[in-house]
Amino acid sequence: MTASTDDVGPIERAEPGGSTTALSRGVGTGSKGTRILGVASLVALVAMLSFGLVFSPPEATQADAVRLMYVHLPSVAAGYTAFFITLVASVIHLRNGSVFWDLVAGSAAEIGVLFTVTMLVSGALWGKPTWGVYWQWDPRMTSTAVMLMMYLGYLALRRLELPPAVRSRRAAVLGIISFANVIIVRYSVKWWRGLHQGQSIGVDTQIDGLILFSLFLGLVSFMLIGAWLLVHRFRVAWLQHQLDQVDLEHALAERRAENEMIGMFGRRSDGDVQPGDLGAST
Amino acid sequence: MLRDALLMARKDLRIELASRVALGQILPFGALVLIMFGLAISPDLSVLGADERSVLAQVSPGLFWMAVLFSSLLTLGRSFAIESSDGNLDALKMAGLDPAGVFLGKAGAVIVQLLVLELLLGFGAFVLYDAPLSDVVLLVTALILATTAVTVAGTLYAALASGLKVRDTLVPLLVLPVLAPVLLAATLATEAAVFGSSEDGWSWTMLLGVFALLYLGIGMLSFGPILEES
Repeated sequence: MTASTDDVGPIERAEPGGSTTALSRGVGTGSKGTRILGVASLVALVAMLSFGLVFSPPEATQADAVRLMYVHLPSVAAGYTAFFITLVASVIHLRNGSVFWDLVAGSAAEIGVLFTVTMLVSGALWGKPTWGVYWQWDPRMTSTAVMLMMYLGYLALRRLELPPAVRSRRAAVLGIISFANVIIVRYSVKWWRGLHQGQSIGVDTQIDGLILFSLFLGLVSFMLIGAWLLVHRFRVAWLQHQLDQVDLEHALAERRAENEMIGMFGRRSDGDVQPGDLGAST
Repeated sequence: MLRDALLMARKDLRIELASRVALGQILPFGALVLIMFGLAISPDLSVLGADERSVLAQVSPGLFWMAVLFSSLLTLGRSFAIESSDGNLDALKMAGLDPAGVFLGKAGAVIVQLLVLELLLGFGAFVLYDAPLSDVVLLVTALILATTAVTVAGTLYAALASGLKVRDTLVPLLVLPVLAPVLLAATLATEAAVFGSSEDGWSWTMLLGVFALLYLGIGMLSFGPILEES
């Protein structure tokens, strides 16, 4: 068994109080904790949809287009939170070199990209009825688009064939500078548009209570979905990592020995490696 | 550190003098981009208004900087391609050079090459797009600072992608979003210098300087960890 008890630690850390039974059975990345999280996000999503589409009134100036905001603003919050997690995890990884935080950084960046796309698409759809165009070259939209490209670059770097230690260190450096970049891009683009035109979005000060409540529900459900996705994405990454750890030759040798043993005794001996075991049970 | 930087820069420039890749391939590529822009944006379109300038002349600062950015990607790629063969990077590490010095040296050589390229491309834009010129001091300052900004940020990212088989495709994806503010500031500063439109040019030039300094610092600090184990 290549994977030692040390390797299992982070899985348990990822899920305090939960069990690793699902992982040791090798059937998936779900557990009691994530199932509760999943059900909670489903419930919040249904509540958010019913309030966002049915119970909340159309807004005074934006009419029904305001309902897109229940998707848009929560994506903004969830997306930036995810990138912030990437930043923090990258810093920790650079300090102690742990695989756990490297995988957290990568998983969070993927979730962040997902929400950024949602953010841009819902923003463009909202822009068409409100501004008359899908793309307004608004500072926020423009800098968000650039940010998306930066994190796609980050994910591309993570997929490269390099020695894992080198790759994760470079990814951590990139994860940190990328966040600083987001700030630079944001301010320069804002300055650029500021010279040409005024702020494009007039924020309404008078917000209906139900609209605010729907926004709140959206925020809750997107954060829950984000957390749920993050835990699962991380576990997939962790399993992948453990799979990579298992030396190919070693695995082949064991498989051969296993087949021989099955041939000789017709059964598997105790303590032998089974496919899907991945060391979680040691 | 500075001695190492000078050594690196001199080595890179000597390789360029011997191989003439920047002059013989990248410069013609940049000129080609300028010509293609002329084809993409018809030279006959003109801006309605007092100046009666052609659209091409009006957008020439932006087009010039796009041509420079594309060329800089090739120059940066070249700068690390000459290190990736025959275990050169390992040799550099073994030689005990200061990583910050290596960074400064590589960036310095690229800056020199890009400035020469910009001089020639700028002349090309001046001729091809019939662009005017009103403030030479601002233009030269903006050129130098923008080139430094492009190069130090680009060198850092090219180093992140160095030693990889897919380097050529990854570097543009990593570098271009980061350089978006530089493109913006350089274009606006150049516009101000060329058309004499406003005093904003100097504040954009300041931004270029701040960006260059920031990345100079990040690059000098992080070049060690990047080169290590690569």
